[in-house]
Amino acid sequence: MKLTREGIDRVAVLARLRLTPEEQASLTEDLDHILGYMEKLNQLDTADVEPFNHAVNIENTLRDDRVTNQPNADALLANAPARDANFFKVPKIIE
Amino acid sequence: MSLAQLTLHEASDKLRKRELTSVELTEAVYQRIADTDDKVHAYLTLAREAALEQANRADEKLKQATDPAPLLGIPIALKDNFLTKGLRTTCASKILGDFIPPYDATTVDKVRSAGAVIIGKTNLDEFAMGSSVENSAFFATCNPWNLERIPGGSSGGSAAAVAADECIAALGTDTGGSIRQPAACCGIVGLKPTYGRVSRYGIIAFASSMDQVGPMTKDVRDAALLLEAIAGQDPADSTSINSSVPRYSAALNGDIKGLRLGIPKEYFVSGMQIEVGEAVRSAIRELEKHGAVIEEISLPHTEYAVAVYYIVATAEASSNLARYDGMRFGRRANGKDLIETYMISRDEGFGAEVKRRIMLGTYALSAGYYDAYYLKAQRVRTLIRKDFDAAFGRCDVIVTPTAPTTAFRLGEKTQDPLQMYLSDIYTISINLAGLPAISLPCGFDGEGMPIGLQIIGKHFDEATILRVADTYERATEWHKKKPRIQDR
Repeated sequence: MKLTREGIDRVAVLARLRLTPEEQASLTEDLDHILGYMEKLNQLDTADVEPFNHAVNIENTLRDDRVTNQPNADALLANAPARDANFFKVPKIIE
Repeated sequence: MSLAQLTLHEASDKLRKRELTSVELTEAVYQRIADTDDKVHAYLTLAREAALEQANRADEKLKQATDPAPLLGIPIALKDNFLTKGLRTTCASKILGDFIPPYDATTVDKVRSAGAVIIGKTNLDEFAMGSSVENSAFFATCNPWNLERIPGGSSGGSAAAVAADECIAALGTDTGGSIRQPAACCGIVGLKPTYGRVSRYGIIAFASSMDQVGPMTKDVRDAALLLEAIAGQDPADSTSINSSVPRYSAALNGDIKGLRLGIPKEYFVSGMQIEVGEAVRSAIRELEKHGAVIEEISLPHTEYAVAVYYIVATAEASSNLARYDGMRFGRRANGKDLIETYMISRDEGFGAEVKRRIMLGTYALSAGYYDAYYLKAQRVRTLIRKDFDAAFGRCDVIVTPTAPTTAFRLGEKTQDPLQMYLSDIYTISINLAGLPAISLPCGFDGEGMPIGLQIIGKHFDEATILRVADTYERATEWHKKKPRIQDR
């Protein structure tokens, strides 16, 4: 299967990445090459193989629902690009 | 000899006997960094002031403690994808800006509680995606054995820091070989524990079904001591396993009589540097001399591991890295609407390899391709896991090279991502199957670059791989060789 520029554009929107025309071109080539290599998996018949689930047998891990940390809005907001009082300030979402 | 050359257990002995203080040791490490790191470039951030405070506190404790923890007063380096409260954490990416974590990773909390001194944060490939540290958004790290070579990756900063004696020991993370391959490239010991053995809480996520924290050290005993300090179940990581943590250092008794070493025929094929094959075969003969028995085994799906890994790991990464949207932390660009703000923030913040992997992973998970790529890869992953289950019916550990070649030249593979991915060929199956594995030095090639021996164990059997590695190390001198750091 050949990966097209349109295909790359579609994936870039899904991935929320703006790409320059040069990046579009080089990624189309790179991904096409890498996906071509992945094709070798089709040599294997896996119809009867269960998909991998977890490396070691593990049951549901449960714990008590208990507060272990203290509220500290300043510490959590210290890295925010923008804040307003005790809130993250974000761009307008609804027109 | 500089104090910075001491191993963890040597330094710990001297601290206990009061032949040395933690402050002296810490100062010696910073002196070594001042002398060599302008050539090696192992560190992104140093924490000198805080480290000397920690060293002072450790010295106070050493005066009072009757049986101090082995880590008390020991200067340690951390790969810069461990969250460290109050200390800048970049993951070698621009998208995090000057991120100052509000909390410590569980493993950081554990080494701090044991009294370790945090020297600084080491360089890596951006988001741990790479095999050479050339994908760091800041600068490349050089191999202390030859400054024109890569240190391996992604934990290349930690490996170079240990090899150059710019710390006593370090922690790294391993998703597809990121502890073991740089350990091999830099001539040190690196251990990736079983998936679930060590908490991942507070490690910046790359591929959550494979990421694991582990020690990078000057010898095998140090790896055992450091693993003891970080292993164990963590309520904050639901994938960490409730399994008792043995005293790994007590397992190092040098007795491997009758132990069965599996040698997978698929790992000794063309594409391997001749000297690597020779050194590993010679190491196997050395282990035979100590009573181990050789079993030829087969891991028939080995050739599919790179393809499986780069689908599964990139799919998980595309999902994990969705959180970098410029809203709650990191960089935010100004777009005309919300979607454009996301897209520009991520375009400006991520480097080329990270974008490549997000794109690949998003593609593999997208409608119409999910079954063909992601699901197919997870089915083949089951086959790879079953290969190991079958092999471990016939042997106790598996012995292989860590990497097909010694450290390559800076720039040699940056233009061909697939060639770069293939340098992980001997390490990634182990992450896919969730097994523990160790790399330790087993020789040098004709150009003086170190060669790594990989020993793979059964799930949760770190004790046996450490015992085999220690037995080999006692019989050899490779781990005692030090690089002479010369100008480029």
